[in-house]
Amino acid sequence: MHEMSIALSIVEAVEAKAREEGAERISGIDLVIGKLAGIEPESLKFCFSAAAKGTLSEEALLAIQEPEGVGACGECGKLFPVSFYYAECPDCRSLRITIVSGEEFVIQSITIEEQEGE
Amino acid sequence: MCDTCGCSADSGAVLRKPGNSDYHVHVSESGHGDHHHEGHHDHEHRDHHHEKKSRTIAIELDVLQKNNLLAERNRGYFEARNIFVLNFLSSPGSGKTSLLEKIIPLLQQHTAVAVIEGDQQTTNDAERIQALGVPVIQINTGSGCHLDALMINSAVKELELQDNSLLCIENVGNLVCPALFDLGEALKVVIISVTEGDDKPLKYPTMFHEADLCILNKIDLLPYVAFDVRKCRENAMRVNHHLEWFELSAKTGEGVGAWQEWIENKLKLR
Repeated sequence: MHEMSIALSIVEAVEAKAREEGAERISGIDLVIGKLAGIEPESLKFCFSAAAKGTLSEEALLAIQEPEGVGACGECGKLFPVSFYYAECPDCRSLRITIVSGEEFVIQSITIEEQEGE
Repeated sequence: MCDTCGCSADSGAVLRKPGNSDYHVHVSESGHGDHHHEGHHDHEHRDHHHEKKSRTIAIELDVLQKNNLLAERNRGYFEARNIFVLNFLSSPGSGKTSLLEKIIPLLQQHTAVAVIEGDQQTTNDAERIQALGVPVIQINTGSGCHLDALMINSAVKELELQDNSLLCIENVGNLVCPALFDLGEALKVVIISVTEGDDKPLKYPTMFHEADLCILNKIDLLPYVAFDVRKCRENAMRVNHHLEWFELSAKTGEGVGAWQEWIENKLKLR
């Protein structure tokens, strides 16, 4: 359940940013969690609601983009979609695959609510 | 409430030393020893009479950035003092502590060794390591399922590390969560034992993908279990073809020599 400590670090990071911007509350958080990032989005959402209690992001909606993994073949250089770490090159059958994307785990943006005219 | 000092730190990691039940330090960001409580923000009351406007702010922040930055600080400290750090990861019961008990006396002849032990509760493992006569500190993570860079940063301040030494970090027994948290180690060592399934690398690929070295432990039990070593190795290599592989028994000592040689080579190459 590392999702809990991750949820807490998201809450902490957005809280700091939102206060800097003078927000009254955070209504939305956009996350990018690659399919290979090792994070369960559903579990994260569940933990988030507990982690955000009593903070500016208590009512924030999490929007999660989940980009697919992409592997690069170390033998022939082909780029292809991968869903596991143990992928095989569809062309040359090599197992020497390097993951080039799908491991990202980023807070893209937040939507904040503030007083008119402030 | 913390039952040792009576503070209200319900969660969060605590550092302990074996044989000294009074010693305990809460891991916190504001240095060590003080109790840093977060989450007591003054709540601003929303005024519903005014119009609200909302706007979106780009952040582009890596969620693990805080941990990663601190891990890099730890790494810099270790590099400056020429301390070689191994992060040991496995399921509970694969033999991490037994392996340390076996290898430390062998390495100690030439290199100073220190150990950080991670467990949810108890100082049992730290006591086993202390019996070897090496500096050890226990991190009790409480409800936490992994060690993080902040815990290591705090623990290192409590350990008297020597220059040119080896630091072994035994992570919490868990094959999932610790994979994501860089501690500042030089290399990650994943341990599996022959009493587990030979498909473990496929079931928990993230850990094997992150590891630099895989140790198959308890090979003295191979005659009694249905474990296919070749298949396990193949599975591990499919997940991570850079993985180095050792087969040994911490109990009988079989295969430990080769691994000792590997560590000593790494120590020399620094």
